[in-house]
Amino acid sequence: MSGLTLRRAPRPRRERDAVPVVLTDRYSPLPRKVAVRVVGYGLLALGTLLYLGPFLVQVATSFKTDADAVGNPVSLIPSPVTLAAWEIVAGSNPAYSVPVFRWLGNSFAVTISVTLGRLIIDSLAGYALARLRFRGRAVVFAGVVAVLAVPGVVLLIPKFLVLNELGMFNSYAGMILPLFCDAVGILLMKTAFEAVPTELDEAARIDGAGVFRTFWSVILPLVRPALVTVTILSFQGSWNEFTHFLVATSDPDLATMNLGIARLTAGDLQGSQQFPLKLALATLSTIPIAIVYVFFSRYFMRSGNATGLK
Amino acid sequence: MTATVTREASAGRIRPVRRRVTSGHLRQERRAGWLFVAPAVIVLVVFLFAPILMAAWVSLLDWNGQSSPFSGDADFVGLSNYQSLLTEAGLLRNDFMLSVRNTIYYVLFNVTGVVVVSFALAMAVNSYVLRGRSFFRTIFYFPAITSSVAISVLFLFLFQGSGVVNVVLSWVGVDGPSWFTDPRGVLHIVLGWFGVSDAPGALADTTVGGLSLWNWLSGPSVAMCALITLTIWASSGTFMLFFLVGLQDIPVELEEATAIDGAGGWQRFRHLTLPLMRRSIVLVITLALISSWQVFDQVFILSQGSPAKTTLTPAYVSYVRSFGDGQFGVGAAVAFVLFAIIIVLTLVQRWVGRERRT
Repeated sequence: MSGLTLRRAPRPRRERDAVPVVLTDRYSPLPRKVAVRVVGYGLLALGTLLYLGPFLVQVATSFKTDADAVGNPVSLIPSPVTLAAWEIVAGSNPAYSVPVFRWLGNSFAVTISVTLGRLIIDSLAGYALARLRFRGRAVVFAGVVAVLAVPGVVLLIPKFLVLNELGMFNSYAGMILPLFCDAVGILLMKTAFEAVPTELDEAARIDGAGVFRTFWSVILPLVRPALVTVTILSFQGSWNEFTHFLVATSDPDLATMNLGIARLTAGDLQGSQQFPLKLALATLSTIPIAIVYVFFSRYFMRSGNATGLK
Repeated sequence: MTATVTREASAGRIRPVRRRVTSGHLRQERRAGWLFVAPAVIVLVVFLFAPILMAAWVSLLDWNGQSSPFSGDADFVGLSNYQSLLTEAGLLRNDFMLSVRNTIYYVLFNVTGVVVVSFALAMAVNSYVLRGRSFFRTIFYFPAITSSVAISVLFLFLFQGSGVVNVVLSWVGVDGPSWFTDPRGVLHIVLGWFGVSDAPGALADTTVGGLSLWNWLSGPSVAMCALITLTIWASSGTFMLFFLVGLQDIPVELEEATAIDGAGGWQRFRHLTLPLMRRSIVLVITLALISSWQVFDQVFILSQGSPAKTTLTPAYVSYVRSFGDGQFGVGAAVAFVLFAIIIVLTLVQRWVGRERRT
């Protein structure tokens, strides 16, 4: 079909000036221009309200009293402003304690370990699949691609089984090691390595560098953007991970932020109590991701697309 | 050592030596290759492929989660777990069929909604006329990167009986339902408006998988609608990016040419953008379909399958049967049936997509 050939045309840069005049409204009559903008920005504003509003409600509610949260759910101005929920979160309320620091510690420990592990495993495997000629490479590659086809939720019970057999149930090892499986990251690194000219490997080899040296000192520094993408993808993925920890642990001391919040909330439908507390916890668990997002949103979006390489 | 040999070879240009060197290097490369992929292969085999085989075995057992399923303590029951799931009348089949019905509606509404919403977002963010595109893109993508748990807690609050959603609805004169406790199916409610409040005989008497046709045709329950809203809201950012990539692949010259030929905005959208975006749309539908069938986190936190089991999903049935009731064989069987459903649907999707392309 013609569409297919058309798609292969070089992608134009979308600078403002590069947009042909006919596609803008530069010469439209003024009323039409105004109308287009009012409708356009109106829709974007509505979208912003819908996509950002709930988070504002969340933050505002965390500073409300329980009664105010239930009575005036929409209001973004707490009256009275209270730090009660955050005091519980900070552990300064002796009457009611939630082991938030334990949860946060576990979340950070697991997230950092998983991210480091994935960086090492993904870049090594990606380099081997992109560059090194060894027997069985096609099989390994097919295996990695096959992983993409396995729906994650089907693995709930299998993961429990293997952790049970290996005696890793209720352990940090059991929480961390299975998350090292990262087919997307491997493929991402492979793609990045393939973009590096092979002449560099050859030059390094001629200069006397072994395979590992070539990989580590010559090629790896050149794929830094891909490493950042994998870092962010892993950080976000393991920080947000929930089901794996749910089946890998039962010990409350091993709960991560997400697991702790989920256990606190699940089954508490009718009881509309303590929404400020729950939303304060939800806010706290979102903050690390939000901070990384503000600085690296470009990489987040790249990783979102990379997943689509499927 | 390799280095000196290589230098000699390149200096001397002696064929046999060179071949020996290449093979020596190849040997090193071969060894390094396996060494480099070893960690990944070990992790994938131990924590992914082997567990799947183990679960396949367990799905043939009557195993309660105690001792080891490979020690011979658990009874081998053959396919009976699958039978009680799919053919034998009983609570288990009933639950499973309900979960399938719920998920079918969830998938239908969710996939439709997410395609429309994320396409609209992508179009808006890709507009030539409006400024601040990357700012809005960043905002629309934010829900997609936050954790499903945090979002579920938030939606639990928003969809309370007197919560934000119902307050906003009351501003436009709509009396919102009590979302998470309302088991009525949406299609049943709509039929009720036309005076059809009870099942017509034919629909009530014909059963498929132990559920009457009337039950199959309930539509998503009100509670499920809240879950669908959550998923559309949370995942539209991701799919917006897929569409955005597709939109930016459309050559600007082509749009210019059609505009010069006098095609208006709508005609350009209908006859240029949509046809060229077909592949992106198929991709998004496939991905949304696969992820919709796996819905679990939201159900775990928001509804646990209630009210009246109308938010039960296969993944949740699998989890509760295993970890709640200690019937791991049944849970594993549910997981494999779900796996099969997803694979079949993906293949159908691929096949349909290919048919149209040629």
